Amino acid sequence: MPNAAGTVRLAGGQGFYGDTPAAVDALLAEGIDYLCLEALAELTLAILQKDRQRDETRGYTRDLPAYLARALPFVADGRTKVITNAGGINPPAAAHAAIDTAKRLGMSGLKIATVLGDDQLTRIDQLQASGEELGHLDTGAPFASFPGEPLLASAYLGARGIVDALEQGADVVITGRVADASLFLAPCVFEHGWKWDDWDRLAAGIVVGHLLECSGQSIGGNYTGDWWALPTPWELPYPIAEVGADGGAVISKPRGAGGRVSTDTLRHQLLYEVHDPRRYLAPDVVADFTSARFEDLTDDRVRVTSVRGKPATPTYKMLLAYHAGWSGEARVAFSWPDAFEKAKATAAIFLKRVEMAGHEVDEWCVEYWGVDALGGATVPGAGDCEPPECVLRVAWRCDDQRTAGLVGRELVPLTLSAPPAGMTGMGRGGGGGATELLGIWPTLVQKPAVDEHVRVTVQEVA
Amino acid sequence: MARVSLRELCGYRAGDKGDIANVALFADDDDTYALLCREVTAERVKAHFGPMVQGAVDRYEARNVLALNFVLHDALGGGGPRSLRSDNLGKTLGGALVRLEIDVPDDVARRRRPRPDVGWAEAIVRGALQRPN
Repeated sequence: MPNAAGTVRLAGGQGFYGDTPAAVDALLAEGIDYLCLEALAELTLAILQKDRQRDETRGYTRDLPAYLARALPFVADGRTKVITNAGGINPPAAAHAAIDTAKRLGMSGLKIATVLGDDQLTRIDQLQASGEELGHLDTGAPFASFPGEPLLASAYLGARGIVDALEQGADVVITGRVADASLFLAPCVFEHGWKWDDWDRLAAGIVVGHLLECSGQSIGGNYTGDWWALPTPWELPYPIAEVGADGGAVISKPRGAGGRVSTDTLRHQLLYEVHDPRRYLAPDVVADFTSARFEDLTDDRVRVTSVRGKPATPTYKMLLAYHAGWSGEARVAFSWPDAFEKAKATAAIFLKRVEMAGHEVDEWCVEYWGVDALGGATVPGAGDCEPPECVLRVAWRCDDQRTAGLVGRELVPLTLSAPPAGMTGMGRGGGGGATELLGIWPTLVQKPAVDEHVRVTVQEVA
Repeated sequence: MARVSLRELCGYRAGDKGDIANVALFADDDDTYALLCREVTAERVKAHFGPMVQGAVDRYEARNVLALNFVLHDALGGGGPRSLRSDNLGKTLGGALVRLEIDVPDDVARRRRPRPDVGWAEAIVRGALQRPN
């Protein structure tokens, strides 16, 4: 039920796997109806895939218990519900961890729901047999050219499964790959009774979700206004939205905390990871981000209104991943004079030694930090500059793990036995490890082929 | 007319999806936005990035927030989990874009976005460095 003001209060308590659970305390204390925890990115799915390969009971974001330990006392009091896609590619295991956390805190009676059905890994053949093409969404490459075996196949579900779980009385909803913004749309649909063809309201919910899904990034994180002037930047608060029945919303932050909510901080987030802003393709609606109107109120509050939407597309986005070899990297630093020249010479000597050692490297990446490692071709005069210091970073890709680990060792002897003077900065780690690379293959899949397998289950903590 | 880098005229944010990066530019007022729309074409952005962006560049307008959004295809060395680059997610591509210089009227050319004042940060770090255990 919406509160007396007729609004639903949502908070974006997590923006990625690795975010700080401590940030949710201020949100919970402020009073929120739903704590939404967005834990997944393309890179995260890849990390979770590696976790699951090593251990079948993994594959979810393992900071979930830390979040729940802070949130469950508020959930048990009936003040807040939690919605998260922390299930990653193994929501049942995440639910197990959530139940364990509740028991450890001595809480019984909580209803913990899982939404399954995004994971299509074991259904690829079936999908193809039923006519799904699964071609690469960006390059157009046909699925016949998919490199090797898929390691991951997660469809981006919408808000429906979560709404279903809330209708069944869930206190905590754990999903797999539900689209980030849909975590926030779901409680709006549930509380306000929005219809699934009420495109403008659904789009408004997606805009709110998009503004909240990256935690501090709407409150002054990763900000290019007067970022240095934001108060207490070491404790940036996370965002809150009060969403009305008409889809209008006020974005704010916990009172008294640092950070800033303004049209400027919010517009930075509005276009983050967006392609065509007139057609933001969410699973449940196509949202027109250019229709949103922003109005600065007082006290770090911004009203967002007038969002328009169009009917959803017939497909879900789906992300597949494949093994793409092994990588390693090494860094060394040089100082003035001739730091850049020394770095270039060392790169060449290293490459030569790796070749002489007989290691097969399929791809090299050579960067000069302090010159143009990040700016590349956009740095004017990089070719003949005289930096006070320069760090050489070399990364490589090999077919096998062992070789990727061995390549870096060819750099170490150069400390004494290469002409460039003053080589340093290799660090105490010594390096030598290899990291698996994963290629990702975004594609589309017809919704009915996925929807018929979506399952919502609710477990009560005994 | 004078040449000014976009750094003086707008804010920016970059993001990634697969091997596609996007960079949004945010103008502070309508006049600057009109200027950006005229000068910062997809073609110029493509040329500016050179070999950093292997594919096409698309431009979208979001007039409601005075923004231009550039979508850079084939721009991240294969995408985050596959790329060998230290900036595998393209986080710095916004900064790289605002290096671009455009021709602007003289009154605009005098405009300067304020530079960071991080005296508070220097004080904190100095304090920590002065107190070894």
